[in-house]
Amino acid sequence: MSKTLKTLVYLLTSIALLVSFETGAMAAKKSKTLKKTQKMGYVRCGVSQGLPGFSNADAAGNWSGVDVDVCRAVAAATLGDSGKVKFYPLSAKERFTALTSGEIDVLSRNTTWTLSRDADIGLTFVGVNFYDGQGFMVRKGSGITSTSQFKSGISACTNIGTTTELNMRDFFNSKGIKYEPVAFEKADEVVAAYDAGRCDTYTTDKSGLAAQRTKLSKPDDHIVLPETISKEPLGPVVRQGDSVWEDIVRWSLNVMIEAEEYGITSANADSMKSSENPAIKRLVGAEGELGAAFGLDNDWSLRIIKQVGNYGESYKRNIADTGILPDRGPNQLWTKGGILYVPPAR
Amino acid sequence: MKIKNFNLGLGGFLGNNPKLSNFLPQAVTLFAIIFIIGFFTFNAQTNMDTRGIDFGFGFLTQESSFDIQFSLIDYDGSHSYAKAYLVGLLNTLLVSIIGIFFATVLGVVVGISRLSSNYLIAKLAGIYVEIFRNIPLLLQIFFWYFAALRALPLPKEAISFFDVSFLTIKGFFVPKLVWTNFSVFFYSLVAAIVSIVFIYIHAKRKQESTGQRMPVFFISLGLLIILPLIASLLGGVGLDYEYPELVQQSKTIFNFKGGINIIPELMALALALSLYTATFIAECVRAGIMGVSKGQKEAAASIGLTPGQVLKLVIMPQALRIIIPPTTNQYLNLTKNSSLAAAIAYPDLVLVFAGTAMMQTGRAIEIVSITMLTYLTLSIAISIFMNWYNKKIAIKEK
Repeated sequence: MSKTLKTLVYLLTSIALLVSFETGAMAAKKSKTLKKTQKMGYVRCGVSQGLPGFSNADAAGNWSGVDVDVCRAVAAATLGDSGKVKFYPLSAKERFTALTSGEIDVLSRNTTWTLSRDADIGLTFVGVNFYDGQGFMVRKGSGITSTSQFKSGISACTNIGTTTELNMRDFFNSKGIKYEPVAFEKADEVVAAYDAGRCDTYTTDKSGLAAQRTKLSKPDDHIVLPETISKEPLGPVVRQGDSVWEDIVRWSLNVMIEAEEYGITSANADSMKSSENPAIKRLVGAEGELGAAFGLDNDWSLRIIKQVGNYGESYKRNIADTGILPDRGPNQLWTKGGILYVPPAR
Repeated sequence: MKIKNFNLGLGGFLGNNPKLSNFLPQAVTLFAIIFIIGFFTFNAQTNMDTRGIDFGFGFLTQESSFDIQFSLIDYDGSHSYAKAYLVGLLNTLLVSIIGIFFATVLGVVVGISRLSSNYLIAKLAGIYVEIFRNIPLLLQIFFWYFAALRALPLPKEAISFFDVSFLTIKGFFVPKLVWTNFSVFFYSLVAAIVSIVFIYIHAKRKQESTGQRMPVFFISLGLLIILPLIASLLGGVGLDYEYPELVQQSKTIFNFKGGINIIPELMALALALSLYTATFIAECVRAGIMGVSKGQKEAAASIGLTPGQVLKLVIMPQALRIIIPPTTNQYLNLTKNSSLAAAIAYPDLVLVFAGTAMMQTGRAIEIVSITMLTYLTLSIAISIFMNWYNKKIAIKEK
């Protein structure tokens, strides 16, 4: 009896030791999240409940948008197929809890990078895929053409769980304007209430305003005011504590931006392998061992460019061609007058 | 066979120790509960540690820095999260109390109407109940809110009530009462209510001993009007009104300034909650009345009571015992359903605290626990009150 027990204890201990050594050795190269993702066969990606241009599902349930493309890039890099993404539509309120609780592994949901979010609640922002700022939309007929014409008593519709409520307060307080904040849980209700005339103005990120304007009954009767009242760098977020996964998501995004910088597109990526420029050759996997650092193969970046395209292609497909924001504004490459500037992939 | 043996063995074992057979199952249950709670707490702790999230309620004293549309107390973004919580809680209480009041009134009327001998009234009440209790509440809230928004005019074309109150898409603007020496008025009102209670008790005793009935209602009404009136005249109570007035903000934007604004979100939510819950209360009332045996009604009628008296003095006191417990459930449901407010921007506890505050601080576990505890406390408070009332009206065996 006691002999069997002893054997059992030995066996269990050795298995436990083996397992711990195994994971210890793997951790150097492979992140836990990556391992889990590869085992599941899909990337779990948190997106919005429908924001045209950023993350929006069509009638057939196919997701598209610049935020969606970040997740597709991660899937292309880690699983070899940009289609292997499972999307989780989340409200602004749910998004961080979904990420910190491990329900999703990447949050790519027009989320503003702020100090308190980055430092406080167990999140890590990996970069910026859209430079935005909060603005106001009003009815054209109101005669308001600038935020300086706002007067006390104005009612402003917005949705909760975002930085907009805070910016709005800072803005109106600094101007000494008393206002009525009407905050809804979901963007669709904000649009409906503003459309019905409940509020005089609708405030959120300007890209959001441009996108939501298309949902109004008469989009042409509304204008987005020129002023921007805040900085809203939007970008993908990951859970704290898995730095390798963090790097994978960061560089999946960076590769898309850098590919545009070097003129590599989904169409010409393969032919770029024979380029003279070593930076281009590294990006398409013809030189260097960039993937190894993440525990990925060397074609990871090539797959991103081929399957998802570079940042410019993604922007054109999702935001410019859909008429949401044809002008790239600050979201142009630094070489072309914008502020998109990413560290070199080398 | 084997199982049976085992059972017998355990049963015999416990049967021999009556103390143990009482104690053991309870101890096991207690350990299981402690273990489960402990497991989840430990799990949450470890997971939060690994993800770099700390736990604490210190955030409650921090500045909230967001404004709330509608508040019963003085609040703005420079106040703390704790105060924002209080604003949300009071708004939840407000809509619950309004909802419970109207749902009860409407429910009783409809419940009695369903039993009316008038075919049209009974059928209409029946149709109302069937329609409103079978449509999901959230849809009804959306319906009333957006129906109201579509139907109501912009401030410039406001529906005016005697030029002092205005109904618009931005809310119902009513005059604000501005009191001077409010306390004199308040205390005289309290005094009137206290004396009414004493008169009521006196009248009851008198009726029990002599059989004479006092006109309690008219005496109470008189007291309620005359006492505060005299006190106000002597004590120098002044009442002024602050009327809402139309202000132009831009070419087409108008708004009302001053007065009190009853926001459309509150109106829509209270309306939807009342109409929905009233159907269930109506059914409770109907069940209660039908639960009183027919002989009671016939006996009451035979001693010459009017139909109103039959209902008030004979049927209702007996029916209430059947009505109260299920109606308590409906009150609890209404209070909890008020959390659907978040969908239409009524700043209740869920929208303000479990919504915005949770987002700004990222303290999901703390805030959700506080919110759950709050609803639990509210529900238990309502239950305790209704149980007390139920006991009070229960049959007292003599």
